[in-house]
Amino acid sequence: MTDVNDVPKVERPPGVPMSQWPSAYEYVLPTGAPGTVTLTIDGREVKAQTGDLLIKVAQDHGTYIPRFCYHERMKPVGMCRMCLVEVEGMRGMQISCATVVADGMVVHTQSDAARQAQDGVLELLLINHPLDCPVCDRGGECPLQDTTLAFGPGESRFVEEKRHWEKPIPISELVLLDRERCIQCGRCTRFADEIAGDALIAFGSRGAHTEVITFPGDPFTSYFSGNTVQICPVGALTATPYRFRARPWDLSAVETSCTTCSVHCRGALESSSNRLVRLLGVDSEPVNHGWLCDKGRFGYEVVHSEDRVRHPMVRKNGELVECSWPEALDVAAEGLKRALELNGPKSVALLGGARGTNEDAYVWARFAKGVVGTDNVDAQLGDGIPAEVALGLPEATIADLDRAAAIVVVGLDLKEEVPVLYLRVKRAAEELGVPLIELAPRDQGLTRYASTSIRSLPGEQGETARRLADALGGARGTDAGADAAAALLEGRAGDIVVVLGRGDLAESAASTVRAATELARLPQARFIVALRRGNVRGAMDLGLAPGFLPGRVTLDAGREWFGHAWGSVPATVGLDAEGILRAAEQGRIHALMLLGTDPHDDCPDHALAEGALNAAGFTIAIDAFVTDSTKRADVFLPVTMWGEKAGSVTNLEGRVQRVGQKVSPDGTAMPDWRIAAELALRLGVDFDLEQPEEVQDEIARVAPAYTGIDSTLLRRARDGAVAPVADHRDELVLGPVSIPLTDARWEPIRPGLDAVELEDAKTANDEADALRADRLTSVAQSAGAPPAPALHRFTGGVTDTAPPARDAYALRLVTGRTLYDGGITVAASDSLSELVADPVLLISPQDRDRIGVEDGAEVRVTSARGSLTLAVRADAAIGTGTAYLPFNLPGSGVSDLVDLSTAVTDLRVESLS
Amino acid sequence: MAFSDVNLTRARDIVARYPRPKSAILPLAHLAQDQDGWLTAEAMEEIAVLTGVTPAEVQGTCSFYTMFKRRPCGSLLVSVCTNVTCLVTGGPAILRHLTERYGDDDDVTVEEVECLAACGGAPALQVNYEYHEQLTPEIAEALVDDYKAGRRTPRTISGAQR
Amino acid sequence: MAVTETRIVTNRLREFTEDSWTIDRYLATGGYDMLRQALTMQPVQIQDEQVKASGLRGRGGAGFGTGQKWSFLPKGIYPRYLAVNGDEGEPSTFKDHMLIERDPHQIIEGVVISAFAIEAHIAFIYVRGEFALGIERLEQAVADAYAKGFIGKNILGSGFDLEVVVHRGAGAYIAGDETGLLSSLEGERAMPRIKPPFPAVQGLYAKPTVVNNVETMSTVPHILRMGGEEYAKLGVGRSTGTRIFSVSGHVARPGNYEVELGITFRQLIDELAGGVRGGKQMKFFIPGGASAPWLMPEHLDAPLDMDYVGSELKTMLGSGAIMVFDEDTNPALIAWRLLKFFAHESCGKCTPCREGSMWLEKVLFRISHGLGRPQDLDMMLSFGSTIVPGLNAPFSQTTICAMGPSTMSAVVSLDRFFREEILEMCNAGAARPTIPVTSA
Repeated sequence: MTDVNDVPKVERPPGVPMSQWPSAYEYVLPTGAPGTVTLTIDGREVKAQTGDLLIKVAQDHGTYIPRFCYHERMKPVGMCRMCLVEVEGMRGMQISCATVVADGMVVHTQSDAARQAQDGVLELLLINHPLDCPVCDRGGECPLQDTTLAFGPGESRFVEEKRHWEKPIPISELVLLDRERCIQCGRCTRFADEIAGDALIAFGSRGAHTEVITFPGDPFTSYFSGNTVQICPVGALTATPYRFRARPWDLSAVETSCTTCSVHCRGALESSSNRLVRLLGVDSEPVNHGWLCDKGRFGYEVVHSEDRVRHPMVRKNGELVECSWPEALDVAAEGLKRALELNGPKSVALLGGARGTNEDAYVWARFAKGVVGTDNVDAQLGDGIPAEVALGLPEATIADLDRAAAIVVVGLDLKEEVPVLYLRVKRAAEELGVPLIELAPRDQGLTRYASTSIRSLPGEQGETARRLADALGGARGTDAGADAAAALLEGRAGDIVVVLGRGDLAESAASTVRAATELARLPQARFIVALRRGNVRGAMDLGLAPGFLPGRVTLDAGREWFGHAWGSVPATVGLDAEGILRAAEQGRIHALMLLGTDPHDDCPDHALAEGALNAAGFTIAIDAFVTDSTKRADVFLPVTMWGEKAGSVTNLEGRVQRVGQKVSPDGTAMPDWRIAAELALRLGVDFDLEQPEEVQDEIARVAPAYTGIDSTLLRRARDGAVAPVADHRDELVLGPVSIPLTDARWEPIRPGLDAVELEDAKTANDEADALRADRLTSVAQSAGAPPAPALHRFTGGVTDTAPPARDAYALRLVTGRTLYDGGITVAASDSLSELVADPVLLISPQDRDRIGVEDGAEVRVTSARGSLTLAVRADAAIGTGTAYLPFNLPGSGVSDLVDLSTAVTDLRVESLS
Repeated sequence: MAFSDVNLTRARDIVARYPRPKSAILPLAHLAQDQDGWLTAEAMEEIAVLTGVTPAEVQGTCSFYTMFKRRPCGSLLVSVCTNVTCLVTGGPAILRHLTERYGDDDDVTVEEVECLAACGGAPALQVNYEYHEQLTPEIAEALVDDYKAGRRTPRTISGAQR
Repeated sequence: MAVTETRIVTNRLREFTEDSWTIDRYLATGGYDMLRQALTMQPVQIQDEQVKASGLRGRGGAGFGTGQKWSFLPKGIYPRYLAVNGDEGEPSTFKDHMLIERDPHQIIEGVVISAFAIEAHIAFIYVRGEFALGIERLEQAVADAYAKGFIGKNILGSGFDLEVVVHRGAGAYIAGDETGLLSSLEGERAMPRIKPPFPAVQGLYAKPTVVNNVETMSTVPHILRMGGEEYAKLGVGRSTGTRIFSVSGHVARPGNYEVELGITFRQLIDELAGGVRGGKQMKFFIPGGASAPWLMPEHLDAPLDMDYVGSELKTMLGSGAIMVFDEDTNPALIAWRLLKFFAHESCGKCTPCREGSMWLEKVLFRISHGLGRPQDLDMMLSFGSTIVPGLNAPFSQTTICAMGPSTMSAVVSLDRFFREEILEMCNAGAARPTIPVTSA
């Protein structure tokens, strides 16, 4: 069947079948020449691709072969022996998880021998299993239970003493291990090692005493640990936030997108008795492969926080007191009217919107720009990338990473900011062999997978990017690092996918813009703009950015179109967040709307934010929590959160997907967009929008980049739709094309949970074709409408200024985001708030020795802006001459040091001992 | 306790012998055990650093192999074979005798082991991996006492020559 | 006519018991001459005209053709590795132990010749960790061979480079499995790997790798000395040459005997090893290590021929370990002790072996200690069919490596030869071990 001399290709092309992924042992399964093979499974002839695994081929053709260790997203290991089948001509039984299909293969999955083997392996798996199903979280949705029922023996003949272990033992703050239930499938340990790259759990001991271990004092603190709980085929791993909270048969689920960061992993959100209790990863091929990060997985706890604001409030006698919605809306509307009457629309500003849905963003943009008439609108806080750049670069999708000629990561630490995108880039680099070029100020999550890492001091990123772009463009010889990077591309065709973000919030955004400008010179460069905030992309796309109108058109380009659609648009381009805050500080903002944003904690320049919030006029908070910013509001309008409202969101690649409502809010909170519509009504404009679907349909009609992405398409598109849909028509998959064979939660959960059920695949495909054709021609041309505006393109031309020289005694500050930060998701989640680390200033060992301090000592850190005292530690990941401090960590105070108006932030570090 | 300076140099030499550092886990664990008398957590952490893996992986590997003692043991490790050839020639009696005789002796750790590949001289045992064959319980006890009294020089706990 | 040993591989260590392991003795007895000769040949010549022609089959246990194994290396893919298996752990096998301790240079010479033949530039000799003296002598021998230029850069001016690394195991029987050994060499738990890919294609560090046993390597210089075709004249059928048999148990003269393949078990056990000791009768014997199904006195006249033993006697010569048990032996106790070994040494990767060996051990403990139930033997055969479907020789398997089926050899043998005795034991519920047992 398989020729031992059949040598696998050295080069692994993108899109290789799983049999060709290297494992921990690196070997790949031998396959024949690429092509199609025909084989027979249980008497039915099926076609498959060379290299496909038998277990997967069988499943895709309707034959479920039981398994425990095999997982579609991981390399087969052949441990559990549950998937034994008979293959004619091969001696003995074969494990279908590691058998590569071959032409003419004849397979029996239900023969007497196969049934006997399945039955027998189950009997053996059960002899040491405690059978404590009634008190096990997995009971009711347990693969071992289900498989035993379907394939196993009726009763056990084992009369000896079972294996005993102390149980359960915590292996991290979030995960508990019950070794008696463990069936040694190795899914968790392989996930930790192969997928997450955090081999903090491993198998220890051997034989029947094999156990999953952590090293003493070194718990399983992977950001991805919750995935092991989801894929555990028994109740050996349980998650503390979910443990004993619900029984599977009491749960109901809705498919949704996680909006903790801008990757928007697909998930199945489950509740019991109107409480969210669990988010499971759904396996979306173009997005998350079924994985979630722990912040996303457990962040639902924030929804049920005790600190949620449940009813509207207005300020009376200096205090925020609860009131009715009509009163609150009237007060808010009056405040806005007064500012408009006295000082005009330029005195009104809106900050935020990145935490909501696309519907929220669109209706608020329409309210601010079409009704209030202000363009002082920004979903970012001076910590991002200007919309002019973010919305105008040639775009790449997440899946493009797999087939890129090279990946260039500029700035950000993906593991901390967009963890599941980190997994995807890691996979592309490690398993698919895509060269990874990293340009960052320090060693970070991806560094160990990078083919080459280029370090640049803060402020020099643009210049470093220029040298890299020159080398990649063919002009070599000036920079060895850049030349080494360019050499990686030799012989590789395709796009260079640039993942662009802000790795250092103490460095001016101009530096990142300059880097983008330089790299955009390369004709094969395409970008993923990786900003962290949940729906920051959707917010910018739908108009919550200065100078932009919904659908990625500039104010100027879209003036006529939106004038027609909305009635009016602002006359001139407004202020961005930094501008708004400065104007507020100077008393020129008379009405400020805070749409789910907390400048006080989240703006890199604390002094600026503080001054602005204090000096701003009438302030309206549209939020779920009283924060350091919203506590100053004159009126507080409570909003529903993720999980409490339906809608759509756009991720960092421009993919529009739905979020689902699973619970109703405790209190009278409203969706953000409804509040905007209510305020508009009070300002004399009736949007006539009642349901989120109506908003979606309006977006599809008027927002040019979102043409065709209406409520119907969103409901039907299994993986959402990448905007503009005309450029991504082939990626649309409508309806559940592969009907899941099992609803077991430990298997990759197929997307399309609540998509429209279709009779069969044929109907689905016919409808898909029709819908596709429709989307391509459906630029909604109502009579008398002006021509649709062109989408914005970033043409570069932005330059940064060379940073000032650093004096020899100063350290240049690098501050980047960390996953468990001071944000509300973490702070208001019981499970996650435990995980926040203490802030420590990290410097290079050389600088530590120069300054003359011990690790752990307190130091005084002083910038031109301010100073603070904190502990210091040397870390080889930090470049000499720089100092790293996590951003927005409780107690770090880093925003006290940063001045948004300067290119870089230099620090003096003095020993206090 | 981590590696001494001398052993750290040796450890780096060992790592350099292999195409990949991880291959050095077993020899480094032997080195650490010889130095410390057992395989300490600190040693496994240092091995992790030297071989570029996590401490959990080092422990996962080391706990697979019976020669690595992950808690302190006596300076004399008496390994008595009771596999079939020794079983039918008196191995269990030797094991029982030595276990009782040295049960309270912290210097001597008596363990039952699988076939030592000395069946031609069964029953056999090892003291710190030095072979002794054709034994009776009395001869075995006298032998261990010789080691204890310094009349014989034992190898290190992992079997290296002192 | 009384049979005698045919000492080829063991000649030096038998002749010069005082210093057979030293380089001086080795050189004084023609050592490394064959290396000199080999380096003047083409690698493919050594492979085909010598090793393949000799019919040499691996001496580790599986008996796969050595030259054939070498020929599976894919063309043009480098680096290639040679891994030498000196992790002798099969119960009652002690031949490699002797070769490592007492003739390490012979192994090294074989290694260098073989590495030259397969174009490998690094060879790892994996030695069982418990062989302290053997490792010491082998490491000394490697150092001496480096010093004399038999290993290292440009060996004997030939332009061929070879590094030899002695890798010490740490106590795991399964590291003696071909792929278990590679996992162990990579610093992993010694878990066998799924095949394909076979080591020849993707072995150590996923590169083409040959894994050969210590005795196999020790034989290679002699094949060159005698000539492959001449060597093939020794032995019987496809079992060419000599093998070292480790005879132990209830025999008068236990030990290693190197004999020409084809003599009978009776000649080996009675004439060379002195027969059952103490004037007793033989009850049964195990012909090829703990993994092999057992044989009875009526099989003693069968030849030591790997193919015959496999096809006619439904067992194997395996590692060449022959265990003899006298009339007083309780076969259930032997079976239990072997299963205790397998349960202890199972790596834990495959469910049938991990759970099955543990279950078998528990049941056999009960039976051998007087607590058997009448249904126990058939129950073991029933759940044992999950490990060895059909229970027919040659054993098929549901596990990655051959350890799975090995766990069933003793049980199947009990059923084949001692069914009545076991059932009686279980029925009586009063069986007592004939040999005191302390451990459980």
